[in-house]
Amino acid sequence: MSAAAALPAVPAHGCGDAPVLRERGQREVFCGLTGIVWLHRKIQDAFFLVVGSRTCAHLLQSAAGVMIFAEPRFATAIIDERDLAGLADCNDELDRVVTRLIERRPDIKLLFLVGSCPSEVIKLDLSRAAQRLSRRFSPGVRVLNYSGSGIETTFTQGEDACLAALVPEMPAEPGTARSLLVVGALAEVVEDQFLRLFAALGVGPVRFLPSRRAAELPPIGPGTRYILAQPFLGDTARALDARGATRIAAPFPLGVEGTTAWLTAAAEVWGTPAGRIADAIAPAATRARAALGRIRERLSGKSVFFFPDSQLEIPLARFLSRELGMRLAEVGTPYLHKQHLAEELAMLPEGTLLSEGQHVERQLDRCRAEKPDIAVCGLGLANPLEAEGMTTKWSIELVFTPIQGFDQAADLAELFARPLVRRAKLMV
Amino acid sequence: MQLAVWTYEGPPHIGAMRIATAMEGVHYVLHAPQGDTYADLLFTMIERRSKRPPVTYTTFQAQDLGGDTANLFRDAVLDAYDRFRPQALLVGASCTAELIQDDPGGLAKTLGLPIPVVPLELPAYQRKENWGASETFYQLVRACAGPHVPPPGTKRARGATPRCNILGPTALGFRHRDDVPEVERLLETLGIEVNVIAPMGATPADLARLGDADFNVVLYPEVAGQAASWLKRSFGQPFTTIVPIGVGATRDFVAEVAALAGVPATTATGTLRLPWYSRSVDSTYLTNKRVFIFGDATHAIAAARVASQELGFQVVGLGSYSREFGREIRAAAATHGVEPLITDDYLEVEQQIAALQPELVLGTQMERHVAKRLGIPCAVISAPVHVQDFPARHSPQMGIEGANVLFDTWVHPLMMGLEEHLLGMFREDFEFNDSASPSHLGHGAPSQLGKEAAPAAQPLPAPAAVTPHAAAGDPSAAVTGTLVVTWGADAEKELKKIPFFVRGKARRNTERFAQERGIGTITLETLYDAKAHFSR
Repeated sequence: MSAAAALPAVPAHGCGDAPVLRERGQREVFCGLTGIVWLHRKIQDAFFLVVGSRTCAHLLQSAAGVMIFAEPRFATAIIDERDLAGLADCNDELDRVVTRLIERRPDIKLLFLVGSCPSEVIKLDLSRAAQRLSRRFSPGVRVLNYSGSGIETTFTQGEDACLAALVPEMPAEPGTARSLLVVGALAEVVEDQFLRLFAALGVGPVRFLPSRRAAELPPIGPGTRYILAQPFLGDTARALDARGATRIAAPFPLGVEGTTAWLTAAAEVWGTPAGRIADAIAPAATRARAALGRIRERLSGKSVFFFPDSQLEIPLARFLSRELGMRLAEVGTPYLHKQHLAEELAMLPEGTLLSEGQHVERQLDRCRAEKPDIAVCGLGLANPLEAEGMTTKWSIELVFTPIQGFDQAADLAELFARPLVRRAKLMV
Repeated sequence: MQLAVWTYEGPPHIGAMRIATAMEGVHYVLHAPQGDTYADLLFTMIERRSKRPPVTYTTFQAQDLGGDTANLFRDAVLDAYDRFRPQALLVGASCTAELIQDDPGGLAKTLGLPIPVVPLELPAYQRKENWGASETFYQLVRACAGPHVPPPGTKRARGATPRCNILGPTALGFRHRDDVPEVERLLETLGIEVNVIAPMGATPADLARLGDADFNVVLYPEVAGQAASWLKRSFGQPFTTIVPIGVGATRDFVAEVAALAGVPATTATGTLRLPWYSRSVDSTYLTNKRVFIFGDATHAIAAARVASQELGFQVVGLGSYSREFGREIRAAAATHGVEPLITDDYLEVEQQIAALQPELVLGTQMERHVAKRLGIPCAVISAPVHVQDFPARHSPQMGIEGANVLFDTWVHPLMMGLEEHLLGMFREDFEFNDSASPSHLGHGAPSQLGKEAAPAAQPLPAPAAVTPHAAAGDPSAAVTGTLVVTWGADAEKELKKIPFFVRGKARRNTERFAQERGIGTITLETLYDAKAHFSR
């Protein structure tokens, strides 16, 4: 019944016990506030109010690009001098801003007060503010809080903090009815594909966290089995465990192999016979493998260097090395959750250099020495590395694009192939 | 606390980064938490720089807050010095580090580095980006040129050839790259030598030579005004006060510079085309087109003059987010007979544009989006701007070629003259119909307010994906105050016969007219009553 048993061709060794290079220094990463940019599209009746500085507002605006103008459901309450003078004042100010916001946007059902570095450093108690405001605006609006500050969270960890804040709000599942909870924001097209596959596998009922509407949070109880769709959900998993739910261990649904293992892990818990699993998965898996085959020619044998960004690096590296034949020069991750990534680490080729944290200058030195065929990095590094003659893939796109599941496997591979094709094509 | 969706300006340390990135041989160590490195991508992506900004971030995290953030800062300074070997070092704190009070200046001083270390005090909870740029440039100029300040009372010795500095162009500045060669050309025609251009391309050693010039040309007062004032006090260098954007301003600028240099005013106008283009009969239709202008103070004020005197538009609104230049904006607004709008709240700007219903908006990236939503043509005249306004082609705003660029850029989004008339005459024609956008802008241009169907929200859109505007409300019912005014079918039909570029205004005026008179349903009569009322 173990998920690992279902994995195809697990190598004898892998990177399970491999030493990890841990570094400290300048980190060229986003803070957790950036998660708002996709979470507000996902939870369609929620509003994200960052309590922070002008820097926070500027970050959101830079990360959100032109999306800022679509009446976005996020904003910043910018702390100013007067607020710093005294804490009591700060709470009154926050109440005033929230009241004005809720009056302006009566469609909001769930309001997140999102903590930032400044609000954490001045120890503004946003959880108490959330309770106070929840009472005031009950039952129309629920107010929750989480921190997306840079001092505590890196990029996708903002989603983890947000989902962890939602878990206590999930209704209790009566009895011990068995259900599957898929955790982590996925594109709707991916959710729908997974729903169809789970139905074919006889797994159900299947629910998603986050749900598309705040009012329709999935119920949870001792019968709930949850499976992570994203690798950066440590706190959320802990909160789900505390509600009595049980995690299904699996690699992440990237590529044919990852998706197969991920679906299989859930199906095995449901006791679906191996034959039925194979039948349910075969058509999509075959189609995806054929699509991947065409891209494999272009990527096979090429080396890839991952700078830390989203915690997706290890599953992506596994996909690129095993399904596309790429060589892993270094796989950097901002944070390595050994337990959640155990299945992934076991599948990485032995001897892969794993690094956690960052000293960006030293890592750049290593990258220059390696001269990888493609470097996966953030937007602050991409153009400067291109100017040095390296080919890069900017990593934020991997978070904003649907990449999970069978039918996205080739799209995911294409994201890495395209910069190489472009470099080969340009004659200027 | 201020509720903000959009900010026209970043925090002040972004301004400091704009100075450091513009220069050579300067490194900036910024005491900042993890995540503040987002600012790098403004330079590498929006301005498409091929190098990382010369900034080292200390990247402190929650677990460091116990006490060793000061050590972290010290180590970062030593590391950065060793690795980059700059000629001068800027040190400062971002908004969060300002709260933990580590005193970057004092800490850096104790390290005894053999180069000038310039501490920056940038109050992040009071000030903004342009102020930060101005302060940083001023502090750098003082630190580098300060040791060369002559004793008080020293007379300036004049060389045979007049010399000046060009002050103000920065990284991430709107068209700064192209403005500089235009201004250099004007100075060359006058026989004036350029001593130092700063901060763009300058080293700290260059800043030390600033005093060698006879006077200073200030291109962007937001950035260089403060430094120029100090140079005047310290070296007796006068500075220019006119920004050469537009034909008239360029002429005045040349006169001012010539007077400062003691040479006759001459300009090579062989390639200046704006005046003739503007006089050619094709431009007659531009007369009194109603234009709303918003941006930084320098560009907004200059644009208002060009719009009214050189293109024959009517300025119906003028505003700026540069609070530091409120006096100048108010004075300029008074000369155009409009109310000044000084705000950094984009909702206020949007409200004003919606109320005025101009035929053209000149503004920032923000106004571009507001105008798009309202279906009004728009051109960008000021930062903040997006990547498309750091063009590959030469595209100055200043000087002779700048004037040509302004003409093209501002006229481009407008309907061409003949096209506009045809639209009026052949309203029912299948090609020239109501919802036709300017033909030269292709089919992608949005048509009119509320006509765009809002596509369904995507779960995980690409950051730059074009996303829908919120529905602009049902155009057949206006809710103001308590009275709901609705449009009768015949009046609605008649309204559609009014050319769309004035239809918004007609709709609003009629609704206001009905509202004020307590008319619940707008009929044909109401429509024409209102037209008569407002035509007075």
